[in-house]
Amino acid sequence: MSFYFSFVVVLSLLALTVPFILLFGFTGALAQRSGFAPIRWFGTIYTSMVRGVPDIIFFLFVPIAMDQGIEIIRHKIKCSDWSEPIRQGNDFVVCTAAKMPLSSSPQWVHETYGFMLATIAFAVVFGAFAANTIHGALAAVPKGQLETGAAFGMSPRQIFRRIHLPQMWVYALPGLSNLWMILIKASPLLFLLGVEDIVYWARELGGSKTARFAYPHGDWRFGYFLFLLVFYLFLTWISEKFFNRIMHRLSRGQNTAAGMS
Amino acid sequence: MSCYETITSYAFRSIGYGERLLPKTDFTLCDQFVLIGSGMIWNVYFAVLALSLGFFFAVSLAVGRSSDNPIARIPAHAFIFVIRGSPLFIQFFLIYEAFVLIPKMGWGINLGFIEITVETKWLTKAWLGALITLFLNTAGYTANIFYGALLSIPKGDIEAALAIGMSKRQIFWRISFPTMLRLAWPSYTNEAIFLFHATALVFFSSFPAWRQEGDSLYYASYFADKTFNPFVPYPIIALYFICFTLLIIGLFGFVNKRLNRHIAKN
Repeated sequence: MSFYFSFVVVLSLLALTVPFILLFGFTGALAQRSGFAPIRWFGTIYTSMVRGVPDIIFFLFVPIAMDQGIEIIRHKIKCSDWSEPIRQGNDFVVCTAAKMPLSSSPQWVHETYGFMLATIAFAVVFGAFAANTIHGALAAVPKGQLETGAAFGMSPRQIFRRIHLPQMWVYALPGLSNLWMILIKASPLLFLLGVEDIVYWARELGGSKTARFAYPHGDWRFGYFLFLLVFYLFLTWISEKFFNRIMHRLSRGQNTAAGMS
Repeated sequence: MSCYETITSYAFRSIGYGERLLPKTDFTLCDQFVLIGSGMIWNVYFAVLALSLGFFFAVSLAVGRSSDNPIARIPAHAFIFVIRGSPLFIQFFLIYEAFVLIPKMGWGINLGFIEITVETKWLTKAWLGALITLFLNTAGYTANIFYGALLSIPKGDIEAALAIGMSKRQIFWRISFPTMLRLAWPSYTNEAIFLFHATALVFFSSFPAWRQEGDSLYYASYFADKTFNPFVPYPIIALYFICFTLLIIGLFGFVNKRLNRHIAKN
C-alpha cells in the first residue's frame, strides 16, 4: 500500500514545486534585470552558483541548512535563558522546545516537514535554472513590440504586464519544458533526502531481507527498478507530447519559424 | 596533526594510499579540504573516461539514428529514448542490481572442450560498474545532440561534395563529421558539465564505497554527518566543483575556437 502511495508523493512533489520554481525563477530573472546593482549581482550570483554546482549537493545542503536555521531562530526566541553554546564540538544542541518539529509530535508531522524541506530544496535549485530561462526569454521579446506599447502611451508597468510577460512565454516554453523533464528525472533523488518515495519502497519491498522483514521471495529489486524505469519513461513521454501541443498553440501568429506556417 | 601531515596521509586516501582510518574527531578545515579534494580524483576519473569513451559510441549512435537502414535506426532510437527518458539515478540502481544478479545466474561460456566462467565480480564495483552506467548515459544524451547537429548540416554543403564526386565515406569524414562537431560543440559542452556533476551521484546511489574509498561527495557527507555542520564541507565541495566546471568550460572553449577557426569572425 505504501508503495502505491509513494507514487502520489512523487507526483505531488512535482506538482507542488512548480509554482515555487516559477516564483524563484521570476524573482531571479527580475533581480538580474534590476537597475539597482546589488540586487543584480545577487541575481547573477544565485543563478550562476546553483548552475555551477551539482544539484545533489544542494539537495543535501539546503534541507539541513534550513532545518538548523529554523531551529536556531526558535532557540533564540523560546529559550533565551539557555547559556550553553549551540555548537558543542561536533554536536548541534538546541533546547527541546525549539526542536523542529517537536519530538513529541506524531510521525506524519515529521514526514510532512521533511517533504516540505525537500520541496524548498528542489525549488531553490530549479528556480535558478528557471531564472536563467526566463531571463533569456524576456530578452528575446522583440524590442519593436515594447516600443509599440510605449508609443501607445502605456506606462512601463502596463507594457510589462500586457506585452512583455504574455509575449515572453513562447520564448520561455522550450527551456521550461526541458526544465520540467530534468525535474522529473531529478525526483528520485527525494530518496536521498529521507522521504519514503518510490525508490525507497522499491528497495525495501524488492530485497529479500530488509531492516524490518525477511520476505519469502528472492531478490526482486531488479524487477522493481525496471518497473520504475518504465514509469519514468512513460511520464517523460506524456510530458513531451503535452508540451509539443502547447508549443503548437502558443506559436500561432507569432513571429517565429514555427508560427509562420 | 599539521596540515602538511594531513596532506601526506590523506591526499590519495580515496584510491587506497595513505592512512587507513579516516579522522574521527577534531576535524580541521585542512582535513576536510584534503579529503574532499582526494575524492575529486574519482569524479575526474569517471568524467574523463565516460566522456572520452562515450564520445565514440555517441557518434556511432547518431550516425545509426540518421541512417536509412531500420536495423541501425530503430535500436539507436530506442536506446536514446530510454536513456533520455529515465532518471540517471534509476539507471544506476538498475544496472547495479543487474550486475549483482549476473554472477548468481552462473554465467558460463562453453567453448566445447573447456568451460570458462566469466569473472563478473568487479562489475559490481564502482570503478567499473558506475563507469559503464555513466558511459551509456552520456552516450545517449550526446548521441541526441549529435543527431540534431547532423540534421542541421546545410544541404548545399553535401550537394556540393556530391557534385565534385566525393564518395559517401569521404563526404562523412570530410564534410558531415566536422560540421556536426562544430554545430554540436556548445551543447556538448553543457552535456560535459552535466556529466561531471552527475559523477557526484556514484557513491550516493547504489554502488557501495569499498574501504571508505569514495568520491568527494562521499567524504563531504561523511564530514557533514559527523560534525552536524553542513556549512563547512558542502561549500568546500561546491568550490571544488566550480573550479573544475570552469576548467571544463575553458578546455571546451579552446576546442570550440579550433573547430571554428575557418569561420569568419564578425
